[in-house]
Amino acid sequence: MEGFDKSPLSVKGLSIGYGKKIVVESIDFDLDPGTLCGIVGINGIGKSTLLRTLAGFQPKLGGQIGLKGKSLEAHTPSELSRQLSVVLTDPPASKNLGVLELITLGRQPYTNWLGHLTQEDRQAVQQSLEAFLLEDLLHQKCHQLSDGQLQRVLIARAMAQDTPLILLDEPTTHLDLFHRVQILKLLQGLAHRQQRTIVFTTHEIDLAIQLCDRILILDGRENPFGTPSDLIEQKHFERLFPSEMVRFDAGTGTFKVNG
Amino acid sequence: MSSKKPYGPSFILLGLALFLSWLLNISSGSVDIPFEQVLSILWQGGTEQTWDYIIWEYRVPKALTAILVGSGLALSGLLMQTLFRNPLAGPFVLGISAGASLGAALLLMGTSLVGSLAAFSLLGNISLALAASLGSFLVLLVVMSMASRVKDSMALLIIGLMFGSISAALVSVLAYFSSAENLQRFVFWSMGSVGNLSGSQLLLMAILVILGILLGVASIKPLNALLLGERYAQSLGISLVKSRIVIIIATGLLAGGVTAFAGPIAFVGLAVPHLTRQIFDTMEHRVLIPAVLLYGAVLMLLCDAVAQWPGSPSVLPINAITSLVGAPVVIWLLVRKRKIIF
Repeated sequence: MEGFDKSPLSVKGLSIGYGKKIVVESIDFDLDPGTLCGIVGINGIGKSTLLRTLAGFQPKLGGQIGLKGKSLEAHTPSELSRQLSVVLTDPPASKNLGVLELITLGRQPYTNWLGHLTQEDRQAVQQSLEAFLLEDLLHQKCHQLSDGQLQRVLIARAMAQDTPLILLDEPTTHLDLFHRVQILKLLQGLAHRQQRTIVFTTHEIDLAIQLCDRILILDGRENPFGTPSDLIEQKHFERLFPSEMVRFDAGTGTFKVNG
Repeated sequence: MSSKKPYGPSFILLGLALFLSWLLNISSGSVDIPFEQVLSILWQGGTEQTWDYIIWEYRVPKALTAILVGSGLALSGLLMQTLFRNPLAGPFVLGISAGASLGAALLLMGTSLVGSLAAFSLLGNISLALAASLGSFLVLLVVMSMASRVKDSMALLIIGLMFGSISAALVSVLAYFSSAENLQRFVFWSMGSVGNLSGSQLLLMAILVILGILLGVASIKPLNALLLGERYAQSLGISLVKSRIVIIIATGLLAGGVTAFAGPIAFVGLAVPHLTRQIFDTMEHRVLIPAVLLYGAVLMLLCDAVAQWPGSPSVLPINAITSLVGAPVVIWLLVRKRKIIF
């Protein structure tokens, strides 16, 4: 496909929505390997819709999505499963799945028709377990885990899938501050150490500013994209919320309640 | 999956249980044959011709039928529970059994309305099985055509339930207008039976069940991926529509084939997967599929042995036995764990 570079995710003039109804249009960004990118924006602006479109769960309404120089739609399901993995807001359907079983499912794109695990598969699972501090929880069932633990397990599964791109929908909701920071730090480590490109939607703008390499602000107009400091300099965060309620303090990179 | 938990001993025990329950099943019946005689007839052919005949022509085929029925229903239950991610799913829920009942009812009671019972008496049991299979596959086809349109498995489950209700309602309308004699025939069929299958019927059922098992085994990876949910399965490279259709066809072959020949047998499909998970602490279908096949066969052989309690001349309806065993098991599971976690 023309005009695509080899980056793990490159988006040009993308319109997203349902059926004929466009929710957000003209989304443009380009991510290098090893980048942690947060997508922020007010409730209902279309963050999850964007993520679902990028994952191929719903059709785009216009523009281009490229994965390593090839358009998203041109991938077969099995090719796609080696290019991108997802962490969704819905919990696993079976609460009886064990931690190890769940993470091992991430290896499905690489196993034979029976799901036989090779040495390489076991190694990938072991690395994910270690990276997300799950070795003690190995034989727990999903329904026995706390929200933070379950989230780590789901991300470890995506890591085991060994894809250049990982998409996460609100990985930090329902978590306390400690666990929010923990999850985002782990994601940052994964992106930087293993050169994965990680995109997640979040409401934690303060944390995103501190930890992300790139931020995409969905505002339904320009959808600015850049490094956190550039976006702060260009005063994009100021326009995110109605100014009579909250104001952005560029000095600290945080939001303050007005009045 | 990567956990190298030792399931070998459990499988050996289950295999042993299958062998023992098979022996128990064969040695029990209305004619009292001493156990040593049963063994010697099985191993080297007996001296007593009547007993030889009873064992080889009646009890062995019946035990084989019980194995096929138990395994088939148990696997179809497991497939349904995973496909719908619902612990209460089973062959009954999709309306497959109800469809089979409707087919049988139409043949047994509907024909008397138009006065052509001759067709039935000519072909006997084969036509009954054919009608039941047609009924179950008809419901299956309708549900399948919905499956490609309905995105949500929960909605599909409810559609299956509704078709079951429609079939049941049509059956009761038929029953209302039917003669007492035909009604009785239908009631006997609906009680279920693993005896009285001819060689060709047994062969046909075996083919259907084995085909269903093969399709189930071929779906092991999609089944495992579906444990995460449909979107996750999709992101793992699974083609949702294709896998769903293959799994539904497998269920149809298993539950439809079994119900056609043995009648609607309750609770085996629902209870066996849960019982199996008590022994095999995993959700991996590579382990669960062979386990439910063995467990279903054992349970069915034992239920049939109870139905044929030695020395007693009468045979209890197998459907009553499986319900008497199965319903308390489900209640016990619920009470003990407070909820069934899938």
